Amino acid sequence: MHSVDPVFLLRQMLRARALEETAAQEYAAGRIAGFLHLYPGEEAVAAGVLSCAEPGDYIVSTYREHVHALLRGIPAAAIFAELLGKKTGVSGGMGGSMHLFDAERRFLGGYAIVGETFPIALGAGYAVAYRQLPEAVICFFGDGAVNQGTFHESLNMAALWRLPILFVCENNHYQIGTEIHRHSAVVEVYRRACAYNIPAERINGMDVLAVQQASEQALARIRAGDGPQFLELETYRYRGHSMADPGAYRPASEVQAYQRQDPIKELEGELSTQANCPAGDCVRQFQEQCCAAGHLNSERLQRLQDEIAEEMRIALAEAQAAAAPNLTKVQEVFQKNHRFEDFFGRGAA
Amino acid sequence: MTEMLYWQALNRALDEEMAQDEKVFLLGEDVGLYGGTYRVSEGLLAKYGEWRVRDTPISENSFTGLGVGAAMLGLRPVVEIMTINFALLALDALINMAAKIPFMSGGQFSMGLTVRMPSGVAKQLGAQHSQRLEHTLMNVPGLRILVPATPQDAYWQLRQAIRSDDPIIVLEHELLYFHKGEVATNATPLPIHAAVVRRPGRDLTCIAYSRMVEVALAAAEELAREGIEMEVIDLRSLSPIDWEPCIQSVGRTHRALVLEEDCRFAGAGAEIVATLQERCFYFLDRPIQRTAGLDLPTPFAAELEAATIPNVERTCRSARDLVKMSGAPL
Ligand SMILES: Cc1ncc(C[n+]2csc(CCOP(=O)(O)OP(=O)(O)O)c2C)c(N)n1
Ligand SMILES: [Mg+2]
Repeated sequence: MHSVDPVFLLRQMLRARALEETAAQEYAAGRIAGFLHLYPGEEAVAAGVLSCAEPGDYIVSTYREHVHALLRGIPAAAIFAELLGKKTGVSGGMGGSMHLFDAERRFLGGYAIVGETFPIALGAGYAVAYRQLPEAVICFFGDGAVNQGTFHESLNMAALWRLPILFVCENNHYQIGTEIHRHSAVVEVYRRACAYNIPAERINGMDVLAVQQASEQALARIRAGDGPQFLELETYRYRGHSMADPGAYRPASEVQAYQRQDPIKELEGELSTQANCPAGDCVRQFQEQCCAAGHLNSERLQRLQDEIAEEMRIALAEAQAAAAPNLTKVQEVFQKNHRFEDFFGRGAA
Repeated sequence: MTEMLYWQALNRALDEEMAQDEKVFLLGEDVGLYGGTYRVSEGLLAKYGEWRVRDTPISENSFTGLGVGAAMLGLRPVVEIMTINFALLALDALINMAAKIPFMSGGQFSMGLTVRMPSGVAKQLGAQHSQRLEHTLMNVPGLRILVPATPQDAYWQLRQAIRSDDPIIVLEHELLYFHKGEVATNATPLPIHAAVVRRPGRDLTCIAYSRMVEVALAAAEELAREGIEMEVIDLRSLSPIDWEPCIQSVGRTHRALVLEEDCRFAGAGAEIVATLQERCFYFLDRPIQRTAGLDLPTPFAAELEAATIPNVERTCRSARDLVKMSGAPL
């Protein structure tokens, strides 16, 4: 196992937070429309898991995928441009917030129909195993998705054929307004994977080092040919389900409790600018840990934050300046995927 | 007469039917505590309790199937599917079960099931959340499909659907929930499947449904300023379709334009045009025209999205072409 650079993980979490805060601001300013599902609170999951992904691995995600995309290496500018519906967006302005795709980075897409990530990952896993490659498929999904039939169908097949898939449940305890005890008979999600003989663990998803370690081990088992693995990461989203959701169904005390998980000392400097996300969350905790362990001092932290702010500022400006896509072009692309060749007929070459 | 928003009219309809008939119960994602994504079931959990307003997991096929099974035992389930896009996961329950059981049981079982869902293109929700699948459901014998365009129709057609012993799908429109209109809760409602003339006109007939009725009416207003009088028919139901008002109208105007938000290829409009030409061929002065959505998945980018669905301008253009089209009738 290679040692992790905690500052790298912190940097990824801070970038994740900054990306989403910028997106929230653009939404509030009316420049981003449609649904916008943000990630604050869950950064330790994406940072921990994706820090273990190899360039050859494939990622499948949901509509809450901006951060997965960013930490996979997709430039923030291409993500912002997609959220703004620009031509330079990672999906050419055709997908939007919920449908980021990047073939080159093996980012197989954000899917907006709950439960779709399972069969996509299953197919990708099948293709990898078929070609006998050492790659893995990382499949993200929420706690709400495990009640869709595709979850059970796909886990069964993945186990049956020992496909190289890491199932990552981002258990934030909510399916929009329905708390997990009201949507699931078995609330320890990992236990469901055990029913299919898939090795599964439940990890504190607010602790990036724990997530990182568990992911590394699980991916190592996959690469060793042990078949699918399952991680349930307990986490929390600080915002509503999407920007359209005020999240009134959650008691304030519950939200605050997650924001305070493990009491920490306040660091200097306001990291988070938005009201829903006060001090004491997973990013803050880890920041504190890094400082305490001597990996970071306040100057370095400040520099890190400045760099990230600058990255996001430039990325956003670039995305804003980009042109809108053009309909004729879109129709051409669409036609290209629908060539009406007559493969075996008289017209075939 | 009370003024209500479309969602309030639906809410009122549910409340009244639940109050009058204990067999009526609701289920769907976030219909209870949250009150429904478009507030349609707001307040009903508190009033009727969880056995009558059931929040479900994300398991569309099975909870819609639950509605089917409960209807076989004589209950009147009202299933909410959060949007029509997710109904694709429930097609087995809708098409293989609900639509078939009354028939293949030789009439032993009725199917007092109502399935409501928002449909249509809203605003920049992307290709997977901007579908209009009425044609998919229209092609299934045994399902009936309502497409209320006004709060008044939303109120009455939902109440009528709940009372029906056939499986009925109510396609609401994502952009209509916050539209206001008069609702006459004491009036005698129109028959559940009746089509109505929303605006008379002598020069051409525009046949529309759901949100496109508003587009047609706005276009008619604009055309009137140019001296073109467009009659607007609101179908209100897509299965069955009430042909008589359409045929009579075309008999008067001799020109027909079908306006639909759905993709043009094999959409609802194709059925409407085919039947109209069979039934009013000799009244027609011009070929029937269609103004429809482009045959593309809905793009996310704002201007592109707008370009893929019909609007007032495109409707006016089609109407003008139809009226001015010269030459002998084909
Ligand atoms: C098949 C389907 N049904 C319903 C929805 C509407 N919907 C979008 S997200 C969501 C909740 C998903 O919760 P979870 O899987 O826990 O993910 P989270 O949003 O918490 O990350 C629902 C019901 C959908 N997109 N797809
Ligand atoms: Mg969740």
